[in-house]
Amino acid sequence: MAELDTSGGGSHKGGKVRSKKQSTRVDLTAMVDLAFLLITFFMYTTTLQKPKAMDLVMPDNSVKEKQLPIAASRSMTILLGSHNKVEWYMGEAGKSAPTVTGFGKDGLRKDIIENEKKVAETHTGDEQKMEVVIKPSDKSTYETLVAVLDEMSITNVKIYAIVKISQVEVNDLKTNKIY
Amino acid sequence: MTAMCDVAFLLLTFFILTAKPKVEDPSKAEVPPSSKMMPVADANMVTLSVGHGKVFYSVTEDDVREAALKEMGKKYGVPFNPEEVQRFKLTQVFGVPMKDMKTYLNLDKDGLKTFQQTGIPVDTTNNNELSNWILLSRQANKALHNKDLDFSIKGDKAEEYPTIDLVIGQLEKQKKFKFNLITTLRIAPKK
Repeated sequence: MAELDTSGGGSHKGGKVRSKKQSTRVDLTAMVDLAFLLITFFMYTTTLQKPKAMDLVMPDNSVKEKQLPIAASRSMTILLGSHNKVEWYMGEAGKSAPTVTGFGKDGLRKDIIENEKKVAETHTGDEQKMEVVIKPSDKSTYETLVAVLDEMSITNVKIYAIVKISQVEVNDLKTNKIY
Repeated sequence: MTAMCDVAFLLLTFFILTAKPKVEDPSKAEVPPSSKMMPVADANMVTLSVGHGKVFYSVTEDDVREAALKEMGKKYGVPFNPEEVQRFKLTQVFGVPMKDMKTYLNLDKDGLKTFQQTGIPVDTTNNNELSNWILLSRQANKALHNKDLDFSIKGDKAEEYPTIDLVIGQLEKQKKFKFNLITTLRIAPKK
C-alpha cells in the first residue's frame, strides 16, 4: 500500500541521464503503532456493560377502596434493620416470635422458600401464593432494601409490597439490637 | 502490513465512534448489587441519584431539561439568560437548589471543580423543588415528545431508607408507581 509504480513508463533510449527516482514507500510502523495504542486505549475505556435495573411497582395509595386486606395466615412480614440484618415473622405482629436472619443462601432465602411451601400446603386454590410485606426501618440501608427485593425475584414471590413500619415493630428491632 | 494496518484503523474507527463521554455523577452513589438483568433505557429517562443525603437530578433529553429550567425559573422567580440556559443544556447531572442555580451556571471550569452541590431540596410537602422539577420535566416532555418520562432511582448502597422513601414519595404523589432501581450485576450469584 501507499506506494506508486515508480518504474517509469517505457525505456529511455539514449536520452538524458535521469537521476534514479526515490522510492515512495512510506514507513508505516510508527502510524500502526499509534493506531494500536489508540485501539488499546479505547478498548479499555469503553464500557460495554450498561447499568442494570430492577423494576419496582409501588401500590397506588391514592385510591383507598382498591386496598385489599391480606390474610394473616399467608403473609410474611420482613422487617429491615441495620447492619444488613432483617427479621421476619408470619401472620400478625406480636403473635409469633420474629426470626433474625441475614442474606445468602442460608439466610432469608431459605426462610422464604420454607414459608412459601408451608403456605402452599395449608391453603388451596388462589390462596396458595404467599404475600410478603416489606417494612424498612429508618436505620436500614438502601442496599438491604434492594437485596430483599432481589430475594423476591429469586424466590419467585409475586405479591409483595413496601409498607411503612409501625412503632411496635421498631421496638422489636431494638430488642433484637438491629436498629 | 497493509492488512494489519487496515484492521487496526477499522477497529480504531469503531471504538472512537462508539465511545461515549463519561457523565460525571456528582452524587458519588455506589449502587447496590442485584441479580436482575434488565438494561436501563438511555432515552426518555429521568434518573434521581441519591447519595449522602443529597438528591441529584438528570434528564436524558436536552430539550426537556432546557424547557424545565425555564419553567422552574419562572416558578421561583429566577430569570436565566440564553447563555445560562445553554450551559444548563450541557449539564447532565445536577443537584443545585434554585437559589444557587444562577451562581452555579456562571462558574468557570475551576469553580465547577470546587463547587459543592448541595442537592435538590426535598421534603414531604406537595410543593418542593424536587417535585416541581419532576412535574415540569414531565409536562415539558409531554409537550415536546408527547410521551411520559420514565423514572429510575440510583441510590447509594449505604443510604438510609428515609431519604429513599422521601424520593419514592415524590414519585408516588405524582402517581408514578412504577420505576426502576439502578443496580449493578452481582458478580458471583449465590446459589
